[in-house]
Amino acid sequence: MDKEPHISRRFEDELHEVHALVLAMGGVVEEQVTNAVRALQESDAELAREVIGRDHEVNGYEVRIEEECINILAMRQPAASDLRLVMTLIKTIADLERMGDKASKIADMALAMGHGARNANPAFLRDVSVMADYALNMLRRAMDALARADAEEAIAVAKGDEVLNQEYRSALRRLITYMMEDPRTITPAIDALFIAKAIERIGDHARNICEYVIYLAKGKNVRHLPLDEVEQSIQRK
Amino acid sequence: MSEPQKTKISVRHLDFFYGSNKALIDINLEMPENQVTAFIGPSGCGKSTLLRVFNRMYSLYPGQRATGEVLLDGENVLAPGMDVNMLRAKIGMVFQKPTPFPMSIYDNIAFGIKLYEKLRKVEMDERVEQALRQAALWEEVKDKLKTSGLGLSGGQQQRLCLARAVAVQPEVILLDEPTSALDPIATLKIEELVSELRNQFTILIVTHNMQQAARVSDYTAFMYIGEMVEFGPTNQLFTNPGKKQTEDYITGRYG
Repeated sequence: MDKEPHISRRFEDELHEVHALVLAMGGVVEEQVTNAVRALQESDAELAREVIGRDHEVNGYEVRIEEECINILAMRQPAASDLRLVMTLIKTIADLERMGDKASKIADMALAMGHGARNANPAFLRDVSVMADYALNMLRRAMDALARADAEEAIAVAKGDEVLNQEYRSALRRLITYMMEDPRTITPAIDALFIAKAIERIGDHARNICEYVIYLAKGKNVRHLPLDEVEQSIQRK
Repeated sequence: MSEPQKTKISVRHLDFFYGSNKALIDINLEMPENQVTAFIGPSGCGKSTLLRVFNRMYSLYPGQRATGEVLLDGENVLAPGMDVNMLRAKIGMVFQKPTPFPMSIYDNIAFGIKLYEKLRKVEMDERVEQALRQAALWEEVKDKLKTSGLGLSGGQQQRLCLARAVAVQPEVILLDEPTSALDPIATLKIEELVSELRNQFTILIVTHNMQQAARVSDYTAFMYIGEMVEFGPTNQLFTNPGKKQTEDYITGRYG
């Protein structure tokens, strides 16, 4: 964002600081998701426990950022793009926190699946790995778009969410086929299904963040609008 | 937003001069009836000058002139034939500092009415009470109507001035920084009054306090060095202004 600084240096610093905190929180969540998926793939119980233990760090970011945003609203009465930035950050951290929860849920599953009968069929995890890479890429790009208030990038990322949803649906179909063929696969297949669902939700949260970024950059609320329509209306502006 | 609003005042290609110094440059603006329009902008941007054009306050001073059109219900108030006294009966004004006349509270209100209407005592009493009630001052002064208006507090004096303005039943009320000399509670009372009075009057308010503009107005005009930079619905101007200059001003950046 190419902007003149505020006349009030302290206000300028406060906004920069809270913005940086959100980006840092995004970094931690990205690590959590990466590690949770790796713990699953490598049956690494220690790493899984580390992810679960770090979830409070993500929650701590959420509480602190929310507090800073409330202070800014109360003390500075931000307007225009400043107001949109504060609102965007408040909304973004709620989605990041939910993604953090998904990471710790995946880590839980990794621990559970490390035990005997629930040992996962590697074929089940193949779908999960592909989806996880995709979702992580969405998260990374969504945070980049937020850092630069880049609406075009945000739209591109949000559009990609449909690909992830399709991946999820085809994973679901494959898992159902396994379960029908051999009832003994039901437990590990359902585990894999829960994990796939969690990853699919991470993509949804990344998409939400992209929608906030569009609001931040363009001042237009695009929640619940078809993306093609959003793209056209933004190009018009 | 409800049905389309009727325009009360249109400004067309308005230029204004203090001698040879051009203070307003080609102002164009449509202000809807029964709405509050706020004018914001840095000192010297011309917002008070513009307000003083609407009731031709400037014509009291030699060397000040306006060109272009200001249409009040389609009639050009800048036309040479315009009866300025009748115009000021239609367009009332309240200033930055409370300006009660050095006379009783009652007479402060009655004075203006007497200039335009001949009323019997009972009718006059009613009108004074009505005006004081509209200005939310009646309960505080009903037992001391004969005492001097100068004995009231600053906030009360300002509401007295507002009562005086509404007493002559104008169509438009101009408020030139009406709360800049008042404490926060007195300010809130005036703002509350503005929200109530907009049902009966078209209100134009000049304010240095952007939050006040955001609180009380339906439309906001941002002016900068004699030009109208942006005009639009207040909520839009404060959340997503169209011009960078507006953005810089309302977010407190160097323009």
